[in-house]
Amino acid sequence: MSTLLEIEQLEVEFGRTAAVRGASLTVERGETHCLVGESGCGKSVTALSVMNLLARGARRRARRLAFEGLDLPGLSESGMAHLRGNAMAMIFQEPMTSLNPAYTVGSQMTEVLRRHKRASRRTALDRAADLLARVGITAPGLRLGQFPHQLSGGLRQRVMIAMALMCEPRLLIADEPTTALDVTVQAQILRLLASLQRDLGLGMLLITHDLGIVARVAHRVSVMYAGEVVESAATAELFANPRHPYTQGLLRCVPVPGRIKRDEPLGSIPGTVPRIGPGFEGCAFRERCGFGDETCHQAIPRHAAGPTHEFLCRLPA
Amino acid sequence: MNAIEVKGVRKTFRLKGGLLGADRHVVAVDDVSFAVPTGGVLGIVGESGCGKSTLARLILGLLEPDAGEIAIEGQRVTDMDRRARARLIQPVFQDPFASLNPLARVRDIVAMPLKAQGDLPTHEIAKRVDDMLSRVGLSKEMGQRLPAELSGGQRQRVAIARALVLRPRIVVCDEPTSALDVSVQAQILNLLAELRRDLGLTYLFISHNLAVVEHVASDVAVMYLGRFVERAPTESLFRAPEHPYTKALLASVLTPEPGLGVPDVGLGETLPDPADIPLGCRFHPRCPIAEPRCAVETPPLKPRPTGGVECLLAS
Repeated sequence: MSTLLEIEQLEVEFGRTAAVRGASLTVERGETHCLVGESGCGKSVTALSVMNLLARGARRRARRLAFEGLDLPGLSESGMAHLRGNAMAMIFQEPMTSLNPAYTVGSQMTEVLRRHKRASRRTALDRAADLLARVGITAPGLRLGQFPHQLSGGLRQRVMIAMALMCEPRLLIADEPTTALDVTVQAQILRLLASLQRDLGLGMLLITHDLGIVARVAHRVSVMYAGEVVESAATAELFANPRHPYTQGLLRCVPVPGRIKRDEPLGSIPGTVPRIGPGFEGCAFRERCGFGDETCHQAIPRHAAGPTHEFLCRLPA
Repeated sequence: MNAIEVKGVRKTFRLKGGLLGADRHVVAVDDVSFAVPTGGVLGIVGESGCGKSTLARLILGLLEPDAGEIAIEGQRVTDMDRRARARLIQPVFQDPFASLNPLARVRDIVAMPLKAQGDLPTHEIAKRVDDMLSRVGLSKEMGQRLPAELSGGQRQRVAIARALVLRPRIVVCDEPTSALDVSVQAQILNLLAELRRDLGLTYLFISHNLAVVEHVASDVAVMYLGRFVERAPTESLFRAPEHPYTKALLASVLTPEPGLGVPDVGLGETLPDPADIPLGCRFHPRCPIAEPRCAVETPPLKPRPTGGVECLLAS
């Protein structure tokens, strides 16, 4: 395996809010890396920083932010536009708002290929039809001529995935790709993503708040809280041996059939993710953590809990 | 007495055809009957478009059925005055972003049902709003805020406070946690369970996620294209699901167990179309074990001690 995406000490600020605070992670070729956390923890902002799609006014700094060794902040906008949708592609949560309602599936799918690869309309349409079939859509010819509103949510998400694959990307960033879907369709879409990732050797950064999804598709997991990666490990290791109190809390929240008797409370994490300004010191989880004390106001050490396992907590146990 | 009684209810919507196309009829709820005893929680699960939200709106009296009868606390919903109905049954909807007035302060949102009753003095209203806010875990200070200043979980607490402030007997929860993070979902589910116990409420609890329903429901009904295809006490539905659709829904719950991969739920790509309900068993085009007769024969209800199943292949 070789490293596809390197993020080291990423910081993103919007005015007085620090959205990402020193996050680091890597995605290897052929690996699915899941970034998990609650709304507002900075996981989508991390993904958008990679694509350089942050809202105007955001400040992005990183010790290193590189795709295949190429320094991303050093690229011009046209250099970035050459990568985006081409070698690195992204799919979003809500396929209805990310597809253009005024264009047919065929015309928006072929646009990337015609633009990046200078392909002819015919070649591009053939490839689009192939990919629609590849993502499990029957009658691709018919779908190419349809508009997004004529498709169900699951079909739209398949179209988004097929569109992201048009230029044979090496890195696919998927931001909550199944959150808006029914559980049955979610299972189908995740199966599809996992098989594409395997067959095409894609590196995938999958963003989700659902640990059930993480367990089933990730090779490696980073748990994000209030802008920091608080724990990172190989998937089996993380679920067998979660070390950060936040990871432990998240795991207790997932309802598992047959595990908890009716009327017994589900495990939950009290409170909400705090909003944090630049210059915050100590552990951001301390107010919601059962183990917090005054030492949690100081800088928090990063512990190694194994060759692939790191966590950010002052409690070494 | 049963808190909710539904007998042979049917609701059809007409979709306007195009210039030359004929109108199409969507059968959203197709001859559904059930009862929920006082203090019980009936969970209803099914995919988008199966008719579960239409059923909720019928029971809330927001829609009128084409056929059949709905009674809450022994009275016909359609005969009731709106104010009387509001004192008996209240909704909590999915999207706490869309269901709260963005221009009203939290206190005023929660006070609205009390004001609408028209017979309560202002100080009594203020007192009941305060009690309700603290009951659902919101501080007094939160009462002064606008919905936009709250998180998703806090907004859903406001929606629950608004639903309970009239002290109703029945609450219809339509996907109350689907828009929330898993951690916040757990908080809200625990709150709903606690309120039900303390206030002796009856719930109709709608969700597309079986794992969530298991946690709150005493009985579960699985809905497919307008019908209950299986209904059973929660424990037995999870232990021994009979309908192939129930099994597929259960298989699609992704538990946090690494190494298992994503299961093949075996439902294929074809999605159900409520405007074109298949003949025979309505589930047969997606059913992994369908036989030729499933395309012709309508499955009768095979009764069980509590509930039943509509599948030709069930024993």
